[in-house]
Amino acid sequence: MSTTPIDSWAVDLADVTFIYPGVGTEVAMTVFAVILWLGWHVWQVKLENETFEQEIKDHGTEDKIREAIDGG
Amino acid sequence: MDTEVAAITTIFTEFYYFVTVALMFLIHIGFCMYEVGASRRKNHMHTLMKNSMLIPLVTITWFFFGWWIYWAFAGGPGITGGIGHPAPEFAEAYTPWGESMGPRLDDRISGVFWAAFLLFAWTAASIVSGAVIERIRSFAFWLFAILIGSVTWSIDAAWGWSYGGWMVEILGYHDAYASGVIHAIAGGTALGILVVLGPRLGKFREDGTPREILPHNPWLVCIGLFLIYTGFWGFYVACNVPIISPETIDGQITGTTLTATTIYLTPTTLGAITINFLMSLSGGMLVGYMVSKGDAFWTYSGGLAGIITASAGNDLYHPIQALVIAGAGTWAMYKLHFWVERKFKIDDAVGAVAVHGYAGFLGVVIAGFVLWGHPSSPYEGFAVITPWGQFVGAIIMFWVLGFFPAWVLAKILASMDLLRIPREIEILGLDFATTQESEAARQDVIAAKKALV
Repeated sequence: MSTTPIDSWAVDLADVTFIYPGVGTEVAMTVFAVILWLGWHVWQVKLENETFEQEIKDHGTEDKIREAIDGG
Repeated sequence: MDTEVAAITTIFTEFYYFVTVALMFLIHIGFCMYEVGASRRKNHMHTLMKNSMLIPLVTITWFFFGWWIYWAFAGGPGITGGIGHPAPEFAEAYTPWGESMGPRLDDRISGVFWAAFLLFAWTAASIVSGAVIERIRSFAFWLFAILIGSVTWSIDAAWGWSYGGWMVEILGYHDAYASGVIHAIAGGTALGILVVLGPRLGKFREDGTPREILPHNPWLVCIGLFLIYTGFWGFYVACNVPIISPETIDGQITGTTLTATTIYLTPTTLGAITINFLMSLSGGMLVGYMVSKGDAFWTYSGGLAGIITASAGNDLYHPIQALVIAGAGTWAMYKLHFWVERKFKIDDAVGAVAVHGYAGFLGVVIAGFVLWGHPSSPYEGFAVITPWGQFVGAIIMFWVLGFFPAWVLAKILASMDLLRIPREIEILGLDFATTQESEAARQDVIAAKKALV
């Protein structure tokens, strides 16, 4: 199922406009991409919170923190 | 492109902007080196990722709405015109589903022009990045990057950095190489975040005097600044339209002489901006060296501040004017940086508010005096450049579109505990866990090698 607007280059280039596949689906592609973008932020903030929580659990003891301060 | 001249003009313009994009990429590399060098070793990989990931996030949001805002908001909307003023067909074409956003053979310029503006957006966000290192959450920083990169910078460019912007028309605002529209807004944004974010732990003594938190690699910092100078060439030439005819401008210019213009379509030359770029860089470096008594970081930063101060009028200044203005801006931003640090306990880790914000603000204001009476536009009815128009413009850039939106977002994020990293993580270092893992992996390999002997 081809969606490309170009099926031959035996044309006058002055008549050629769009060359990408899926002309007419731009709104749908935008909605899809915006959902991916927002979803990425949701995933990232969860990852960041979990990473900090785990790190504090594993390394947040007074001794380790004093050691880290000594190391700069 | 049905004649050879039209084809050469079009492809020259297309290639011109393409080259500016490649050059401006160096600005981002420079900012990353500078910022990583300025951070402490325990934070440097996280610092690198914080800055690097603004690239995809600002790029996609620039595609979704940043570029459309630029074309849609020049009239306010509601100040000198509605959405899309003065050319609604462009605003329509630059929605993400618009007809100029996908590859087409009859439009060779939109893609490279979009990218040149995008690289300005990265620069604006990257300026903010350095100021807030070692204690901001990546999630929060990336929201600020999108705010300035794809919203507020785009609004300020629509208002004050386009041929039909309301600030140009009413205020006679002139900011040819972006003292205000990139640097002042970025400095203001950084300051808006910093007042809510607070200083790094240990930055200030109990009596309020600042401690110096040393960069882990001063050499990397300086090379980063050198690379920003290099990329700045791309930034400057991208601010011009390389070749255009009076007929295309459709303003008051008479005759048929083709010319390069600023973004306002006012005539200038590449020669003018080349000599002024170098003279303002020199003025900034000379004064930066003098005022800091030879400190490498502030000498390089002075060069940057010098260019930034002179940028508003570097299409028109005499080279000696560019030199002196650059020097004055560099002196002022250096003094202001340390005064603000002591007085308000602002921990700007790389001096970004000073180098970009104060120098940019001053550059816009100074241009109002030096270029007083010069036409801001080739179009009839536009205000001329004045000190008061420039002063109001500088306030809009630094405070209204820079400081205020960032301060509001910072307050919201702080109220949700999503602005600053936990105290324990700040002390351990953002790279602590990965450093531990790397060391464990290294020891594992050493043990394996020993077992073979």
